[in-house]
Amino acid sequence: MPAFWNWYVIILTVLFIFGCLWLITWSTQQSPDDVAEDETLGHKWDDNIQELNHPAPRWWLYLFYLTIVFAVGYLVAYPGLGNLKGTLGWTQEGQYEKEMQAATERYKSVYDAFSGKDVVALSQDPAAIDVGKSLFANYCSTCHGADARGAKGFPNLTDDDWLYGASPDAIVATITNGRNGVMPALGAALGGEQGLDNMVAYVRSLSGHEGDPASLAAAKPLFDSICAACHGVDGKGNQMLGSANLTDDTWLHGGSPETVRETVLKGRMSEMPPHAELLGEQKILIVAGYIYSLSHAEKTAN
Amino acid sequence: MNNSNSYNDTVVRQFAIMTVVWGIVGMLVGVLIAAQLIWPQLNFDTAWLTYGRIRPLHTNAVIFAFGGSALFATSYYVVQRTCHVRLAFDRLAAFTFWGWQAVILAAAITLPLGITQSKEYAELEWPIDLLIAVVWVSYAVVFFATIGRRKVKHIYVANWFYAAFIITVAVLHIFNNLALPVSMFKSYSIYTGVVDGMMQWWYGHNAVGFFLTAGFLGMMYYFVPKQAGRPIYSYRLSVVHFWSLIAVYMWAGPHHLHYTSLPDWAQSLGMAFSIILLAPSWGGMINGMMTLSGAWHKLRSDPILKFMIVSLSFYGMSTFEGPMMSIKTVNALSHYTDWTIGHVHAGALGWVAMMTIGAIYSLLPRLYNKESMYSIRLIDIHFWTSTIGVVLYAVSMWIAGVTQGLMWRAVNDDGTLTYSFVEALKFTYPYYQLRLLGGVLFLGGMLIMAYNVWKTVSRESVIPVPVNQSA
Repeated sequence: MPAFWNWYVIILTVLFIFGCLWLITWSTQQSPDDVAEDETLGHKWDDNIQELNHPAPRWWLYLFYLTIVFAVGYLVAYPGLGNLKGTLGWTQEGQYEKEMQAATERYKSVYDAFSGKDVVALSQDPAAIDVGKSLFANYCSTCHGADARGAKGFPNLTDDDWLYGASPDAIVATITNGRNGVMPALGAALGGEQGLDNMVAYVRSLSGHEGDPASLAAAKPLFDSICAACHGVDGKGNQMLGSANLTDDTWLHGGSPETVRETVLKGRMSEMPPHAELLGEQKILIVAGYIYSLSHAEKTAN
Repeated sequence: MNNSNSYNDTVVRQFAIMTVVWGIVGMLVGVLIAAQLIWPQLNFDTAWLTYGRIRPLHTNAVIFAFGGSALFATSYYVVQRTCHVRLAFDRLAAFTFWGWQAVILAAAITLPLGITQSKEYAELEWPIDLLIAVVWVSYAVVFFATIGRRKVKHIYVANWFYAAFIITVAVLHIFNNLALPVSMFKSYSIYTGVVDGMMQWWYGHNAVGFFLTAGFLGMMYYFVPKQAGRPIYSYRLSVVHFWSLIAVYMWAGPHHLHYTSLPDWAQSLGMAFSIILLAPSWGGMINGMMTLSGAWHKLRSDPILKFMIVSLSFYGMSTFEGPMMSIKTVNALSHYTDWTIGHVHAGALGWVAMMTIGAIYSLLPRLYNKESMYSIRLIDIHFWTSTIGVVLYAVSMWIAGVTQGLMWRAVNDDGTLTYSFVEALKFTYPYYQLRLLGGVLFLGGMLIMAYNVWKTVSRESVIPVPVNQSA
């Protein structure tokens, strides 16, 4: 901080600490000569409110001194007096770096034990699964749930439905770089309420839900010209784009007519954040192995 | 009798009664949000009943409506009795009552509607803030004019504390709420980023230090010696702890921002002065307890004194706990956990509410020209109900908070966290239930008080009390 504020802080701090010391000393020296300790000082308010001339208790004064000594010692050792760094050179960033470095060194061997293994191999290694599960609980469960079954807007990772692909490489890419899923708002493009209702019926019919044949017929050309660009003419989606498969009755945001209507009308924005910096390569492989094992349980068991 | 020859107790009576009313309202809302933490359905899918909106309603109601009314009532009473003069400016005093009630009403409407500055304990938007400022300055004018007209030379210690509370709260309120209005119900703070955070906690901690501590020490310094019939133990102690308390509290705010983007030096200063704050705080406890010490036998027959001694005990306990929690190492565990909630309530229920209840029980019979409260037995039942309530509250939140802190930092052999947030939450549920029980008991005590007050007051015969003529 600038010199003025530096001295401002230092002088005020010292002044207040010395002020406290002066107060304590003052109180031990002040006693009217003609009043004994257990007598009142002669003031009287409201008929019977008075004050005795007792000194402050000794132990209390010592406690006061003790806290001041501690505070002064603390301000010598740690930053506090303006720009002075303190004799220990402590900073909170420094403490963080140090603890992170210590943790990295302490746990390095745990992760090094799995180096060189690919995702499939890790998904078959019980020790790796254990570690992967802990990593998942720490970094992934907030959105995908402790059981990895997801929630509205957050994919279930235990089924066979994959927006961006089920291959080890695709999973690793998703975790490393994250994903941005965008379904544009198409309410305006469908020709009003009736058009919207028709499209909802059509989209749901792709997953086997019944709909009024006239509605389905009316929506089909619109689907082919607008929706098929991402979801394909057959509605099976495209893992290169992350567009959802509409034919498997698995719904990221919900499959009720109301929810599908909302999705088509207002669109959806989904984000999987990138974890490259947070986890690093080795941990990403281990957690990918765990995720891979969830949907490939039978296959890995064989 | 000439008006100026009698004390103005009308405004005291008004504030005293509203203390009980707002206490019940504020604690009822507290009980509701405590229950919502166990059964979230209790917001009934209604936006204005959601936790985020009525939690500030709870804090504002108990601090400013309940605590504020108690401070107005007792300070107006005490300043007259210890200055031997009628309260200055009857109409301005009346304005402070109706103005303060208007502020409370405005808070009760705007907070559930979601109109907020998002600053803790300073949520109210700028039009209400302006009204608060006007009422508060009027309060200061009434109080200090009364001091100025006093008939006794010495200013009694209770008035020092009330004076410090009134001046400092004005400064805190005005500077923390400086904002640029963009519409009738929306404004933006003039401070940015971490400066805003520092201003907020300079305000926030001194709201505790001056509103909830200095003000209530003023209350303590009149009602404890009055009720015990004993002189204050040590005049010198009151001088030392008064000046050191008001000087040191000002520095303690940064301990709310440990391990944040607040610069290291500010964090350290906040911690160092928070440690020094222990002795000045305990000065008040010692002076209160030692004043009572000649009257221990009265505790058997006078439940009002029991309220006061337990209040002072909780004051001592939480002003020890506070400096400990301000130590960075402890704070790293306690911060963001329910330990903080327990600490606040040990202070707010244990110290502030118990002292207020004692003072109101002591005050009401005198205000309504009665020998005593309608039922001493009911005061005793109230005492035990609230004591058990606050103990349940504090203990459950200690266990919950410390365990949360430990669970959040527990790590596995591979360096990952042992528990997810939900697991710590699941652990907390039984303690949330215990806390709710504590809150319900405390609220129940307030209802008993309301009945007792009603029975005392309903057959009122108000006679103006003549001013003490001795100088």
